Amino acid sequence: MNKALGSRLAVVLLAAGLLLYPMVLSGAFYRDIGVTFLLAAISASAWNIVGGYAGQVSVGHSMFFGLGAYTPLMFYTLWGWPPITGIPAGIALAIGLSLIIGTPTFRLTGHYFSMATIAVAELIRIFTGTWDFVGAAIGLQGPAIARGWWDLTFRSELPYYYLFLAVLVTLLAVTTFIERRRFGFYLRAIKASERAARSLGVPVRRTKMQALVLSAAFTSVAGSLYVIKTGFIDPDGGFGILISVQMVIIAALGGAGTLFGPLVGALILIPLQSATNTWFGADGSGLTYILYGGIIVLIARFEPGGLFDLWQRARNSFRKRFHA
Amino acid sequence: MSFAVRCLRRFSRPSDLHYCFAIRPFYIFSANFVSLPQTWLAGTVNFAGVYLPVAQLVGGVIAIALTVALHILLTHSTIGSRLLAVAEDRAAAMLMGIRPDRMQMLAWGLSAGAAGIAGALMATAYPWSPSVGETFGLIAFVVVALGGFGSVLGSLYAGLIIGLIQAVSAFWLGAIYKDIVVYGLFVALLWFRPQGLMGKA
Repeated sequence: MNKALGSRLAVVLLAAGLLLYPMVLSGAFYRDIGVTFLLAAISASAWNIVGGYAGQVSVGHSMFFGLGAYTPLMFYTLWGWPPITGIPAGIALAIGLSLIIGTPTFRLTGHYFSMATIAVAELIRIFTGTWDFVGAAIGLQGPAIARGWWDLTFRSELPYYYLFLAVLVTLLAVTTFIERRRFGFYLRAIKASERAARSLGVPVRRTKMQALVLSAAFTSVAGSLYVIKTGFIDPDGGFGILISVQMVIIAALGGAGTLFGPLVGALILIPLQSATNTWFGADGSGLTYILYGGIIVLIARFEPGGLFDLWQRARNSFRKRFHA
Repeated sequence: MSFAVRCLRRFSRPSDLHYCFAIRPFYIFSANFVSLPQTWLAGTVNFAGVYLPVAQLVGGVIAIALTVALHILLTHSTIGSRLLAVAEDRAAAMLMGIRPDRMQMLAWGLSAGAAGIAGALMATAYPWSPSVGETFGLIAFVVVALGGFGSVLGSLYAGLIIGLIQAVSAFWLGAIYKDIVVYGLFVALLWFRPQGLMGKA
């Protein structure tokens, strides 16, 4: 089997698996895990554009997620508009915020970008927790009962599953498109060596900024989708550091800077999380952190390239052994 | 600790260092706040009409002594020069017969030790829980960025400034806003004076 055909077959199998999953495992619990998985895959893939491809590790992507989550419910609370109308506003706010953070930090080298993202995310989290206009620490609620299909408030998990799947496919298509364009090569050049990229004429700052803007916009959409499904948001659920850390871990586990890396990471981490939650219940509420910590240490020690990298190396050595 | 550093070094890219966020000690110490029993550090002293808690006074004196000691170590000793050489150019330092790995572990050890002393000093004055260290970690970065990277005395001044700002904003705006003010200051700093107060970069 040649290489192109093999990977195409893998993609077709993956697509078929994702399409049929809620039909095969039709219990509400499994469908909920499926929806959670898709949402995690969307956020991590969005993070992957700036954190993986461009190598600018953000640990505060929850600020874009939170903005995307808050605006739909703000529109609903203030004017009674369907939450979905808040998505463009959330994207606009996320892009504005990414400009505020990216403009100064992309001029600097070192840890500034990562630290600035954490600081701003924490700033917004604390601030929303005290601001009554956005519900303070209590948070905001969406429509409890759908007034029409446009509220996107369904009892079944099924519509959410396919909606999220469509967004994930769009995001992966955009990422593939980027990968093959000049922009994608710029990003990889910057990740490999910023100085070398600049000396070869890559507009480093502008490229990093574009990557951040794109990533922020999609993360904001992920936040909106989350809130449209759950119908509730509070400061920790939108801007908490655990949300940012989850995106980083999922992408790093699967393979940061690869198309399907975040998908693989989410495929492993989300079922694992649900399993620990189910097995240990409330006693194990802190176990998620330990799981995250353990995974980070293991990736850092043994597989800095993530599982996707490991798989590719295994495949290559297999090929060498049997075809050469 | 040095094992952890060796693991992290495999990343070799500096921006991957904050994987250290990972491990939070909830399971070992439980999420409750704890504080030390009242000791001879508990009282206050009257210093020319100003009442100072003994714990904070002792903490402040030790902190200043430690910072000055670190400054002298880094600027006036062979070890300090070697550390700075590795920071400046790893490959060139290696050619001069310095072992970068050893120096980096030493730097990590020094920094972890100093942070440990800081924690012990603060534990004499404040109640403590497993998640308290997180905000301090970020604020420590803000302090260093304000002081200028690589400048120990800059950190000392910046630490005083940030501490004052926190205390004053907690007094005027309310305790919950003190971190917001510091983070906002950090963003403003990045925009207008990224090299910090005493930095060279």
